[in-house]
Amino acid sequence: MLIRNNSEIKENQVTDYQDYQKRREFIKTAAGLGLAALSGSLIQPASAKILKSPYSTSEKLTDYEDITSYNNFYEFGTSKSDPKRYAKAMKTSPWTVSVEGHCEKPGKYNLEDLLKPLTVEERIYRFRCVEGWSMVIPWLGVPLADVIKRMKPTSRAKFVYFETLADPKQMRAIKHQILDWPYVEGLRMDEALHPLTILATGLYGKDLLNQNGAPLRLVVPWKYGFKSIKSIVKIRFVESQPMNTWRKSSQDEYGFYANVNPDVPHPRWSQRRERVIGSGFFSRKKKTRLFNGYEDQVASLYSGMDLGKNF
Amino acid sequence: MQASTFSQTRKKNTVSKRAGAKQLKTGEFYFRIVFKPLLFILLLAPALWLAWGAYQDSLGANPVEAVIRGMGDWGLRILLLTLLISPLKRLLDWPRLLRLRRMLGLFAYFYVALHLLAYVWLDQYFDWNEIWLDVVERPFITVGVLAFVLLTPLALTSTKGMMRRLGKRWKRLHRLVYPISILAVLHFWWMVKLDISEPLVYSILLALLLGERLYRNVVRQG
Ligand code: HEM
Repeated sequence: MLIRNNSEIKENQVTDYQDYQKRREFIKTAAGLGLAALSGSLIQPASAKILKSPYSTSEKLTDYEDITSYNNFYEFGTSKSDPKRYAKAMKTSPWTVSVEGHCEKPGKYNLEDLLKPLTVEERIYRFRCVEGWSMVIPWLGVPLADVIKRMKPTSRAKFVYFETLADPKQMRAIKHQILDWPYVEGLRMDEALHPLTILATGLYGKDLLNQNGAPLRLVVPWKYGFKSIKSIVKIRFVESQPMNTWRKSSQDEYGFYANVNPDVPHPRWSQRRERVIGSGFFSRKKKTRLFNGYEDQVASLYSGMDLGKNF
Repeated sequence: MQASTFSQTRKKNTVSKRAGAKQLKTGEFYFRIVFKPLLFILLLAPALWLAWGAYQDSLGANPVEAVIRGMGDWGLRILLLTLLISPLKRLLDWPRLLRLRRMLGLFAYFYVALHLLAYVWLDQYFDWNEIWLDVVERPFITVGVLAFVLLTPLALTSTKGMMRRLGKRWKRLHRLVYPISILAVLHFWWMVKLDISEPLVYSILLALLLGERLYRNVVRQG
């Protein structure tokens, strides 16, 4: 196991892509010299060993500062700045994930045990929030399919249910019954097994910060951000479609599928276009694409479905 | 019910001035030279603050949203402040306060106009087709626009000349401020995703302000 050291903390200030790339180059050299410990993380491999992925986009990355300061994580408050301010109170190590339901390997897994045999890879994905803004984020993570396969779900497992930690002692806004905690999300089994779907453990080459859903979160890049559930403590294989939290709060505003779709408007946000975070004051919004631009990869999952009804 | 119009207040003031009370003269001095300019600067400060933040790029990850929301917040706050003037005047028995109403009302309009400009320019980039779709598709934008459209004639008729020219009709016209405030608060209600605490606070304040007037009307009639 690698241990976090001081030089890593300084490296944490790194923000933009050039620096990130430079750092990767540096680590590569360092790794070559047998200094792999520089990458200093429990879960993330030395940067040089991080696999690049053909699924990554080459679009300009959103600044690290923006990704880690403009967040929706209502367990810590409803303002975008609350998670950064208050999420430090959440303890993410040790972290246990309870795997339940229709599978052959249920049980309580240490985060490290859940991920151990798998290779963390980099996935640079577009991230589109239902509120009409978007980012490009270099995640680190593992394909969810790899984790699921190890749990050996039975034929009765048709959906995967996920749950976020809900501890009022660590999450200051839980006491306001704004949403029905714990936060719940779900995926159809074929969506969960899709190669684009990952469980993320880091971004920009570092462990996830708490405001981004440390230590383990889902990332489903063709769906609105609220599907990408944070700080997961429970994964359950179930037979029927789970009731996800936002849908429960407002059935006609949020669906189960929540696929990014410019032609299905939300009552408060037109979904035709998106504000690209970091694009500056005087820039036009970008046209939103069906399935957030991942149409070629995922459209077949929904063939024959009415996307307006199953929004 | 609104109390006396601006010109009536002035008349009263001139009368009391003629009575020769020196104290009132210093009162008038402080009101004009200190109080009003100070309030002017205070009301301008949020706009300067936002402009500075925009220039410094210190408004966070989504500066366009920060500017739109900041201007909207101050537009609504100052609008409610405008409604506070006449009850406050009665409470403090300070008739001069009424002379702040026009400045407050115009500042409310100033912020709402900037709010709208920020939306049309920074958010939508003058895409009129998209703006039109927004107005018809999103209920909170619809009521926002309605509030702005109704507020415009009030701002345009805020001058003394207009007041004189319109006479009794001026008062009737400016009672539009009540439905406008309701629309503005509704605009906020329909905008929020989940956390209703802020619009709730504004609603309570507005209910108190309108309730006070209703109560006085009923008491006076009864
Ligand atoms: C009397 C007129 C108006 C008042 C008092 C007003 C006030 C407000 C307030 C208080 C907010 C919430 C800010 C916050 O969340 O802190 C808001 C949001 C907003 N208003 Fe207005 N508004 C008015 C008219 C308009 C008009 C005419 C438009 C555009 C056509 C508009 C567009 C918006 C938008 C787009 C937002 C939300 C921005 C976001 O989602 O981030 N408003 N307004």
